[in-house]
Amino acid sequence: MAEYLQGRENQIVTKGIDSHELVGGKPSVAGSVSQRACVFCGSRVVLYPIADALHLVHGPIGCASYTWDIRGALSSGPELHRSSFSTDLREKNIVFGGQDKLYQALHELIDKHHPKAAFVYSTCIVGVIGDDVQSVCRRVQKEKNIPVIAVMAEGFQGSKKDGYKIACDALFSLVGTDESLEVSPLSINILGDFNLAGELWMLEEYYKKMGIQILAPITGDGRVKKIQNAHRAALNVVQCSGSMIHLAKQMKEKYGIPFIKVSYFGIEDMSDALYEVAKFFKDDSVMDRARDLVKNQLTTLIPALEPYKRALQGKKAAIYVGGAFKAISLVKALRLIGMKTVIAGTQTGNTEDYRLLKTICDDGCIMVDDSNPVELSEFVKQTGADLFIGGVKERPIAYKLGIGFCDHNHERKLALAGYDGMLNFAKEVYETVTSPVWQFVSQNKE
Amino acid sequence: MPSGDAFASSCNACKQCTPLGACIAFKGIEGVLPMLHGSQGCATYIRRYLISHYREPVDIASSNFSEETTIFGGNRNFNTGIDNIISQYHPKVITIASTCLSETIGEDVQRLIYEYQETHNTMPDLPVMIFASTPSYQGTHSEGFHEAVFAAVKTLAEASGPVGDHINIFSSMISPEDIRHLKEIVEDFSIPAMLFPDYSDTLDNTSWDSYRRIPDGGTPVEQLKNSAMAYASVELGYVLNSGGMNGRIKDNGTKQSAGEYLKGKFDVPLVRTGLPIGILESDKFFNSLASISGKEIPMKYQRQRGRLVDLYIDGHKYVSDKRAVIYGEEDLVVALASFAAEIGIKPVLCATGGESGKLAETLREVLGKNYYEDMVVGQGMSFERMEDAMRDLKPDLMIGNSKGYYIARKMDIPIVRTGFPIHDRIGAQHNRVLGYEGTMILFEQVVNTLLEDKQRKSPIGYKYM
Repeated sequence: MAEYLQGRENQIVTKGIDSHELVGGKPSVAGSVSQRACVFCGSRVVLYPIADALHLVHGPIGCASYTWDIRGALSSGPELHRSSFSTDLREKNIVFGGQDKLYQALHELIDKHHPKAAFVYSTCIVGVIGDDVQSVCRRVQKEKNIPVIAVMAEGFQGSKKDGYKIACDALFSLVGTDESLEVSPLSINILGDFNLAGELWMLEEYYKKMGIQILAPITGDGRVKKIQNAHRAALNVVQCSGSMIHLAKQMKEKYGIPFIKVSYFGIEDMSDALYEVAKFFKDDSVMDRARDLVKNQLTTLIPALEPYKRALQGKKAAIYVGGAFKAISLVKALRLIGMKTVIAGTQTGNTEDYRLLKTICDDGCIMVDDSNPVELSEFVKQTGADLFIGGVKERPIAYKLGIGFCDHNHERKLALAGYDGMLNFAKEVYETVTSPVWQFVSQNKE
Repeated sequence: MPSGDAFASSCNACKQCTPLGACIAFKGIEGVLPMLHGSQGCATYIRRYLISHYREPVDIASSNFSEETTIFGGNRNFNTGIDNIISQYHPKVITIASTCLSETIGEDVQRLIYEYQETHNTMPDLPVMIFASTPSYQGTHSEGFHEAVFAAVKTLAEASGPVGDHINIFSSMISPEDIRHLKEIVEDFSIPAMLFPDYSDTLDNTSWDSYRRIPDGGTPVEQLKNSAMAYASVELGYVLNSGGMNGRIKDNGTKQSAGEYLKGKFDVPLVRTGLPIGILESDKFFNSLASISGKEIPMKYQRQRGRLVDLYIDGHKYVSDKRAVIYGEEDLVVALASFAAEIGIKPVLCATGGESGKLAETLREVLGKNYYEDMVVGQGMSFERMEDAMRDLKPDLMIGNSKGYYIARKMDIPIVRTGFPIHDRIGAQHNRVLGYEGTMILFEQVVNTLLEDKQRKSPIGYKYM
């Protein structure tokens, strides 16, 4: 391609052509139009689905305004998480400090909404003016008798990924603080599913059929009390490992809970997620039930996928998503419906993730870390992709280039996990790739 | 009405932050690539928010502050950022808006620009650089928008000749389609005009043959330079960025609009009308153009006005005495309230996240004899406060951006979406309200929304309404 930003050469690799390793985890170059967000965003998205907690953003209005009802994370009960609370700092607070306002805001909101816990997100400016957020939180925790947790997520501290870790620390401070829930010996915690479009409920259904209890979903359809009891589960099942692995490691260290990494996207990975859990419990009846479940699901799913596969055979896909594990699942899921991945990129993958991704991709696939519109549009042109899978920020790139688009980000309203999700995915890809509107795009004219 | 200040917290804000507005306005300059001086998240969030509204690529670079930058200053990030923007985008213009972070650590962006220009003065095609100061703890996205308009004019306008035959039109946060309509109107008057900011193409482009790093369109730099030699400026809005001083420790009255600046510095006469929504406010705009140009209002618009009056009569019984909640940026609220009042809808609540302190008096002045005495006016309002107020007001209808949808849903009343943002419908970029023609579209939308609601709630299902 014409020109990479200086210093990004080792963040782009074409499999089968380049010999260097794809390096992840680097900070974004200044002046780039990165598709990444900040530390605050990382913490906010991970904790967002906890539905009975107060999420208070301490800072000027923007950070709260842009994250209002941002995820498609559903709740089976309270919906406090869908409101956007902010201390809405003004200049006088910046000069004289925002601590008092934060203290009052917490009192005001806890009295009004009676949350089971409060998360206070500290934004860029709070880090600079030096509000002692932690001491305010400690004080209110004592006065109100609920956990009040400071999430020190100043945006400039690093990238979105650093925010995940901070969110995990916040969650970990809740774990082990309650013992009141009933726990089955066959219990797991689900880490890293956010119940987008009710996906967690589908998983719950599968595991229930196997005789497994989900003790704490973290954080999809999340509840404070369940998270407080999470230390009593037998196993942590981690999806979206980029965001949640830190919590799994901490829980292993302190409570001796083992963890496995899974993905729920695509038939293979979804089935593995069930089998791995069954294997862990070393209980034949659980394994038998898992096999039955998979068999039943596949009997209807495989024939249902057939027409989509026929229509999509040989089409090419570009993937640019948050984490590498999702990218790996997507490559496999696309293969299942006859499509080839020609671009596989992520915002926050690390070098190790990329090694694994590389083993799964075909030769000629362009792999990229922390990309930007200029690069992505070049790659799409080079590879002739027919479909782009990404988030809202990538959508106009796809559309301007005249190719289909599938939203696989946390704003989506369509369940893509599990067996039903695989069918939804195939359907969505089919609907966009084969739409007749592309005939009017001039670059497609013969 | 208690303002935002009466509470320590805000729930579901009816505003966005200042740099967002600046990014929209800056997208109205030809050949521009905007940069935000601050953390990465600001640019990413704002891009996502704008893309969801305009459904168009919105490239905004960031100087990507790290912890080190925050402590030692953004000098290096600034320079690398500009270097990288130039090498990737080759823009004619780079705009820089500050954020709460860079403002608070005391970044002197003007100096950074000056130094960059000094050390790169031999570079061919060195982009023009424009800086707007937009800390998010001062004002709202609306003030950010007008601050950027002001910054562009202040940086570029220069008196290099005699007064020309052109005028300046400074608009507010209107849709790309409305910008096109304003341009059509001045063209039909045969008045050479600079309309700024003109993001009618940059944020609403065609499908492309190939990807363009910088979309075509926008107000050319040359026109902005010549704005100092215009024979008049027309500003569409009464409040503009005057709320930018609110929340400051000391209001030193230094906030100026672009029109005020040109008047003060270059003696360009300033005509100020509101956003031309409804007949009364549109009349003001058309009459201003007529008196500035010394020409009659073109027959095309006289006919449009006539058809609009005829349409008002056709529809008046469907809207008469209905109670509406109107919300959004202050100038939009004033214009929509004026429209509502002139067709017999009672604007029972006029709410904004803005805090200029001027909304109440402006409403009274503009609505004049149509003013609804029981109107509740709320500044610095969040959606939660609006919802609280609406419980007693029993409105029939909401008019404003899509973020109010959840209240309409809860109260089972219809909502007419207009303004910014519209995130749950397509076509926000084509949402029209300006002029007689835009008002016609808006009026039909209001009436039909009420009829749809009536049909939906009726057990009978009338086929004639």
